[in-house]
Amino acid sequence: MIDLGPHGGYILGSYAFTALVLCGLILNAIRDQRAQKRALADLQAGAPAGDRP
Amino acid sequence: MWTRLANPGHFMRWSGALLPWLAGLSAAGVALGLYLSWFVAPPDYQQGETVRIMFIHVPAAWLGVFFYGSMALSAIGTLVWRHPLADVAQRAAAPIGAAFTLICLVTGSLWGKPMWGTYWVWDARLTSMLILFLIYCGIMALWRTMEDPNRAARAVAILTLVGAINLPIIKFSVNWWSTLHQPASILRMGGSTIDPSMLYPLLTMIGAATLTGLSLHLYTMRTEILRRRVRTLTIREAERLDAGAVGLAQARADAVPLGQAL
Repeated sequence: MIDLGPHGGYILGSYAFTALVLCGLILNAIRDQRAQKRALADLQAGAPAGDRP
Repeated sequence: MWTRLANPGHFMRWSGALLPWLAGLSAAGVALGLYLSWFVAPPDYQQGETVRIMFIHVPAAWLGVFFYGSMALSAIGTLVWRHPLADVAQRAAAPIGAAFTLICLVTGSLWGKPMWGTYWVWDARLTSMLILFLIYCGIMALWRTMEDPNRAARAVAILTLVGAINLPIIKFSVNWWSTLHQPASILRMGGSTIDPSMLYPLLTMIGAATLTGLSLHLYTMRTEILRRRVRTLTIREAERLDAGAVGLAQARADAVPLGQAL
């Protein structure tokens, strides 16, 4: 384990915040695309969007 | 060739084939960049281990500015050529650029506390980056206020171009004003002032972050195209149902004998 010295909290905090934001961005992008694909499949199958479960 | 590649149908085909490769390359680049910046780059003689924050702060700053630059080019595409993919590209880039700008602001702040003794100063570079983040937020909010995507695209394109004035201010703020933020140390006349032992890991992280940002951008552009298809089909479906309801009402009215109360 690297000794990060007295400012280790700031260093780890920076990397943790970056990881959090990037993971949020990626997961939100995946969730959004899945939702759009589902809505498109429903519409193309002829079911009105409002009738979806 | 560009016109053909920028056709939404063609775009979905080539971007679908390219994305897995680009995502794989991004993941490998990030892994290599993290290895170099944590295990190969030495601690700085003044900053010590805190210099490791720079390996994420600088790529985030670059991407915050890069995505806004790409949005400004897309805005020209929307206003001049009214290209459908230009607005799609702009809309997909805004949250990614905003996220990287936020990372830049927060990591810069976390670096500033131990190095400068404060999380924040109203210095020209820091303030212009904060303004960039607020412009991103304003653009995303403006999109949500307008129902019609064509009207929203034009309004957002104008706001984006007005906000692009901030880009040279960000770049040259450290030269024009006396700032606490250090002047340019990578892209400058006379070459980089960073030692190669830190410069190459930093350049690797910048490259990897750019690939990651571009992969995300392509992915969200595909989602945006799907969203527009969903919207078009929903409107068509609503029109079809409306036409059906009108036809049914007309048929009922026709079925009632003349003079009979409805």
